[in-house]
Amino acid sequence: MKKKSLKGWLYLLPAIVFLGCFMVYPLIDVLVYSVEEGYNSASQTYTGIGLYNYSYVLRDPYFLQAVRNTFLLVIITVPLSTGIALLISLGLNAIKPLRKLYQTVYFLPYVTNTLAVGLVFMILFKRTAYSDGLINLMLRWFHAGPVDFIDGPYWAKMFVLCFYTVWVVMPFKVLILTSALASVNPEYYSAARMDATRSFRVFYKITLPMISPMIFYLVITGFIGAFKAYSDAVALFGTDLNAAGMNTIVGYVYDMLYGNSGGYPSFASAAALILFAIVLTITCINLLISKRHVHY
Amino acid sequence: MKVVLQNLTKKFPSRNKKGDDVIAVNDFTFEIPDGKLIGLLGPSGCGKSTTLNLICGLEPPTSGRILFGEDDVTRLPPENRGVGLVFQNYALYPHLTVLENIMFPLQNLRGADKMTRAQMNEKAVEAARLVQIDGLLERKPSELSGGQQQRVAIARALVKMPRVLLLDEPLSNLDARLRLQTREEIRRIQQETGITTIFVTHDQDEAMSISDMIVVMKSGVVQQIGAPQEVYDSPVNLFVATFLGTPPINVFDGNVRGGKLYIGDAAVCDTPGVGDQPVSVGIRPEGFTLDEKGPFEVSLSRVEVMGRDTSVVSTHPASRNAVIRSIIPARNRVDRNAQTVRFSLMPEKVFIFDSKTDARILFGAE
Repeated sequence: MKKKSLKGWLYLLPAIVFLGCFMVYPLIDVLVYSVEEGYNSASQTYTGIGLYNYSYVLRDPYFLQAVRNTFLLVIITVPLSTGIALLISLGLNAIKPLRKLYQTVYFLPYVTNTLAVGLVFMILFKRTAYSDGLINLMLRWFHAGPVDFIDGPYWAKMFVLCFYTVWVVMPFKVLILTSALASVNPEYYSAARMDATRSFRVFYKITLPMISPMIFYLVITGFIGAFKAYSDAVALFGTDLNAAGMNTIVGYVYDMLYGNSGGYPSFASAAALILFAIVLTITCINLLISKRHVHY
Repeated sequence: MKVVLQNLTKKFPSRNKKGDDVIAVNDFTFEIPDGKLIGLLGPSGCGKSTTLNLICGLEPPTSGRILFGEDDVTRLPPENRGVGLVFQNYALYPHLTVLENIMFPLQNLRGADKMTRAQMNEKAVEAARLVQIDGLLERKPSELSGGQQQRVAIARALVKMPRVLLLDEPLSNLDARLRLQTREEIRRIQQETGITTIFVTHDQDEAMSISDMIVVMKSGVVQQIGAPQEVYDSPVNLFVATFLGTPPINVFDGNVRGGKLYIGDAAVCDTPGVGDQPVSVGIRPEGFTLDEKGPFEVSLSRVEVMGRDTSVVSTHPASRNAVIRSIIPARNRVDRNAQTVRFSLMPEKVFIFDSKTDARILFGAE
């Protein structure tokens, strides 16, 4: 029996070592850093233990800006992308001819290189010496604009960031939802037809509850993903996000570590743990709601 | 409500463009009298379920007409036909409780038929009581047994008082015990409500035991329609004869010569009025009588005692089945060690069929 359990541990060893080195240890380290006041990375010394790092971060206008940006991004993109993905999936499920083609088209962003995507968005939105970007061109037809989406007003930049995020997360959601829709037993629809159920009611009373587990899965992972947004903002606005006013929480953490204003692992750790607390809370709330509304 | 099918045909286009259309239902014409329980019976793939889908309107017919009473419903969508359909897998909505499932069709009613919540509730409870599940109203379908789910499905189909109730393989998902119980239940519910009911099955026992009338189908074509006993006692062709009855009918190659039926060299039966020709012979298992001087001699394989009666398993060179099974009353002792057994045959249990067309050839008094 003893020998057997030893063997078991042996099998687990590689995973434990890796997880320990690259997950557990850093996690603990982050916690330690976040309470060490006045830490100096050059001399590896600190002046005391306390919550000063947290209070500094929470009062830092850059951090507050990052929190505001992140929350806006989450609140706008998660419902929007899930809703649009649901509409697209319903459409894909309803058509017969060319379905394969459309599925491929909608899935393309998922496999497209980020740099290529960045380039496309540049063509769409960026003002250069030669052009105002495609969107501004179209805006002119309606006698509006031009708007500088990359270096202009806050709402314009936020619009581009949200647009980009929705577009990037869409394919995965469409993929999940189309397969969820396809797995609903067609007998339910026949049964509903026999009972003269109106199509809206079929959707609301049958389709939606049937795919609700998948929708909640997408909402939860969407929330988590959007809270961790960073690279999208960099792709659009460059690395100095604080100057652009478009920083996210993860961006703030990164800047505190390696950015131009960086070299403060304690502040970065405190910000990271605050993010962790936020994500944890939101996920718990999500799960509580889903327990009440997801039917199996 | 009387249901009339006139020259009903359903063709499905073939999968590859060059192939022929698949004819699932071929030129159906029959009339189902009001308030009867009808069994649509046939092997799988014979078009039973398609027929049901045509009647309920989930599939449009290629040609022909469907009438409920005097109304032509051929072009009506399913929701306007007033039919209740119980699906083979019940199709209960898993996220709704039993009560909500039963109320679902009522909540769809609009206009003059619209009901208040209390009325719907009352109707639903009434339907639940009819199928005896009124104690389970708050449960979800996943918390019910197969038999209970079946009842919920029937209640849901009945709650809006359909003109015709259709059941697709209603017993196929139940175990043997429940099947017996449930078929009695279907019979009871049908008689209590008096709704014309059509059910589909491939199990001849099921169809025979509860139907007022059975329709035997084979590859999209109706073979025979009639009361179960009538069809059993007087099948129109070899297919119907072999499809009905457990144990199945014994089939032999035979010959009619000079007004007598020969199996092998033995003249087993008189067949007055039948011309000399090779025939297929079907003999029901209960058509054999143990008789030392009987004309029909078979090699004995084994004897199976089943309490009420005895099953004699034997072989004969002219038999088309691997073994011949005959059922005789248990009081007749069979010598298990004997090499051969002799039988005489009951003429009313012997059917002869044209060897080419398989159509029944009547003989004697019939």
